Amino acid sequence: MKAQVYYRAFMGIVSREVLRFFHQRERFFSALVRPLVWLIIFAAGFRAVLGLSMQPPYQTYVEYNVYIVPGLIAMIQLFNGMQSSLSMVYDREMGSMRVLLTTPLPRWFILAAKLFAGALVSVIQSYAFLAVAALFGTKAPMWGYVTVLPVLVLSGLMLGSLGMFLSSTIRQLENFAGVMNFIIFPTFFLSSALYPLWKMRESSFWVWQLCQLNPFTYAVEALRFAFYMKAEPRSLIVVGVTLVLFLALAVWGYNPSRGFTVRKKGGD
Amino acid sequence: MVDDKPKEAALEVRGLTFSYSGKNALEDVSFMARQGRFTALLGPNGAGKTTLFSLITRLFDTRVGSVHICGLDVAKAGAGALAPLGVVFQQTTLDLDLSVRQNLRYFGYLRGMSRRDCDRRIEEELSRLSMYERVDEKVRALNGGHRRRVEIARSLLHDPKVVVLDEATVGLDVPTRKVIVDHVHELTRTRGLAVLWTTHLIDEVWPDDDLVVLHRGRVVANGIADEVCASVGEATLDAAFAKLIGSKRGDAE
Repeated sequence: MKAQVYYRAFMGIVSREVLRFFHQRERFFSALVRPLVWLIIFAAGFRAVLGLSMQPPYQTYVEYNVYIVPGLIAMIQLFNGMQSSLSMVYDREMGSMRVLLTTPLPRWFILAAKLFAGALVSVIQSYAFLAVAALFGTKAPMWGYVTVLPVLVLSGLMLGSLGMFLSSTIRQLENFAGVMNFIIFPTFFLSSALYPLWKMRESSFWVWQLCQLNPFTYAVEALRFAFYMKAEPRSLIVVGVTLVLFLALAVWGYNPSRGFTVRKKGGD
Repeated sequence: MVDDKPKEAALEVRGLTFSYSGKNALEDVSFMARQGRFTALLGPNGAGKTTLFSLITRLFDTRVGSVHICGLDVAKAGAGALAPLGVVFQQTTLDLDLSVRQNLRYFGYLRGMSRRDCDRRIEEELSRLSMYERVDEKVRALNGGHRRRVEIARSLLHDPKVVVLDEATVGLDVPTRKVIVDHVHELTRTRGLAVLWTTHLIDEVWPDDDLVVLHRGRVVANGIADEVCASVGEATLDAAFAKLIGSKRGDAE
């Protein structure tokens, strides 16, 4: 009986996120267009400039557009994670977060369900992007589309938990744009999404080190290997640990004793 | 005959003190909301009503004092203590892009209700507010008064024992306000609900309601509205309220 309550609440949260996603067409559209611009325009330009040598998991020389697909998928998930957290900040100011938080269920459960719902949306977006990319001729091995799924869920959860943690610390909507700039761009550029790290090492040692410290790099690499039906243990572990860490921080951030509105002005 | 028995406290607030960055927003606040009674929590803006409301709904925890809902201590029993509570927040908390039914089902699922139970209760509660014919419309298409009605229906969906409403009539026109205030009063009588209604509008309080007057974070009067008037020697609640607020203004500063 108790398990059924949890199950229904979980499905309720997930179905709401998915419903909302499909009702917000612009969001779906922009989630798709952003990486496509990178893939079609940016990759076309840089294919000529960047010569890629062979490196795992690729068994032959790959074209640049093939190289950046995992990075773009991770970017979709990063944006989605930030967007969910933005909507959580918005929901909190608008109040619908309160409906969720006054549910007679433990906070960690509510937050985990919400996180999973967001990850699911990012998986849907990722597959939509992969389908369009395939139409434009950028394809992965057939089975790669299947083996990437568990890693997509994992990386979606990790990037979602980052957003959720941010949403618990950012009190006001206005602060959010700045955070986006300080989080999204460094996260994306200081990683292996757009260039292999060995290349980065040749040009700047300390930037390379930063890239090595960035969990986003490991999400990208885990995805890259999964497309070729390979598991990259180190990346998967880093992604998993990061997920647990940020989720724990988010649960702490939403703890009622901290009072998520306490730092806001007193209200009336 | 029910009226002769002492009414049970469905919601009890005891010795609540709460401060924001060193400044007390609430000071030793105690009162109760009894079953089958409409308890109005009246106070001017800035009196601490919303803070109190956030503590009751466990949006943050109490540090000094306690909140009991149907006998359970919210701080000790955790989220589970909120089960018999229905809540209407001051701001609209509906998803504008989803239909009324989708919004209400979402809430029902969060309370572990099955789809069939949700739909049955949605029909019952919306019909009571003559809103059922609009169940498949998007919330965005509803006006403020209708949205509020949907939220009241939502707060009742899981058959709560206590319903707390925070300035539920803010931004509504006078006739709509009256409909909602009447409806909520009606609920206390027909369903034996305990209602806690925060407001700064005196005309929403009826003479035989339980009344708690909050000013600058303190309870300055507590009792049946009529008796509160009598005790300060005023004929109308308007005058009594002005007197209570006015007299406290001096010594708080």
